[in-house]
Amino acid sequence: MMTFVNLLLAVLLLALAAWTTLARNMFAAVVGFIAYGALLALAWVQLSGIDIALTEAAIGSGLTGLLLLNAASRLHVNANAGGNTGRSRLRVPAALLSAAVSGALMLCVFALPETPPTLAPDVAANLASTEVRNPITAVLLAFRAMDTLLEAIVLLFALIGVWSLSSDPHWGGRPGLRQYSEPNGILAYTARVLPPIGIVVGAYIFWTGADYPGGKFQGATLLAAMWLLVLMAGLADAPPIRRTWLRVALVAGPLAFIAVGFLGLQTAGAFLAYPEGFVKPLIIAIELALLPSLTLVLGLLLLGAPLRGEEP
Amino acid sequence: MNAADLFGVVAALLVGIGLYGLIVNPQPLRKILSFNVIGNGVFLLFGAIAYRGAAFGLGSDPVPQALLITGLVVAFSATALAVALLLRLFEATGSDTLSSEPPAANPSAAGEQ
Repeated sequence: MMTFVNLLLAVLLLALAAWTTLARNMFAAVVGFIAYGALLALAWVQLSGIDIALTEAAIGSGLTGLLLLNAASRLHVNANAGGNTGRSRLRVPAALLSAAVSGALMLCVFALPETPPTLAPDVAANLASTEVRNPITAVLLAFRAMDTLLEAIVLLFALIGVWSLSSDPHWGGRPGLRQYSEPNGILAYTARVLPPIGIVVGAYIFWTGADYPGGKFQGATLLAAMWLLVLMAGLADAPPIRRTWLRVALVAGPLAFIAVGFLGLQTAGAFLAYPEGFVKPLIIAIELALLPSLTLVLGLLLLGAPLRGEEP
Repeated sequence: MNAADLFGVVAALLVGIGLYGLIVNPQPLRKILSFNVIGNGVFLLFGAIAYRGAAFGLGSDPVPQALLITGLVVAFSATALAVALLLRLFEATGSDTLSSEPPAANPSAAGEQ
């Protein structure tokens, strides 16, 4: 039964990936990509990666899909049929090269060593010292906390990159276009009813991450999605990027993370080491500080460069 | 064939499909989409290898899994930056394709810069 599900997933994934690559219509390709992301999340479940499945569904499929849909609509490439015709002479060499790369990777898959190298025993042995029960959270915030810190900073750099693409008159203004929708329409209705539920679910996913699959990235994505829903329904407007409170909120999470890191230098003898007995409170403090920053960064990355002045 | 081998093969094929799309499609947005497919293939391959390292009651090796979560988030931020660059290019030149053959480029809009 399990094998059947896996085979079905494999076939559907490959078919949707091919659709995404070959579909003539841009919107059809992006919608295919979103469905493909959802199936990929199921594949992660089959590979015992519930945390990754949540991340893939929220960020890989959801946010990336929304980003690409928005871009496709702004580019007006709705029915750009024959978009591939310009490079027909490239097709055969490209197909041969792709087949060669795939073949080489497959050979690698079957040439993997019989006894796989694994760090699972080390994690299992040291999990108790972190006081959290979800091994992924333990790796993200204790064993390899540096990666997570740098990742939060990479997100900020990406946002600075996106913002610096604004045209001169719009620098410091509001990102994205002002959205209007019918005040009594279904979108405005959904944007009033769904966020309270979404915020509770997001907070739960964030909180449960210490012991069960979940965590700040998945929770922050849900919260960002709720914020974007309210913006899309025109019930609120995105803040101008010049606002000081916005910039402070964006850097507050990573700065708190760095502060805890230096605290470790004083109390536990190493950067980002946690003093014994305070491991879980410190991990939760970092996650709590990162949550609002991540929510804002993810939402603002999706909104893109400022397109308007500061006035609403 | 177990799940690790099966999804390893799928991952290898996804990289191939994405690479083909990246080379053949002249529109940058399609290239971004294809590049994401390649990225997914790489992640899935990494995940399949992590699944082989399951031990001590953990369903999969948690260290690569945590790195994958980091990777997914960074891939999203890179995609967002790429899309912002593309939209700026479109704003500046009025063209949404890198192909020189179809007359999609708008010379009057390009003169604004």
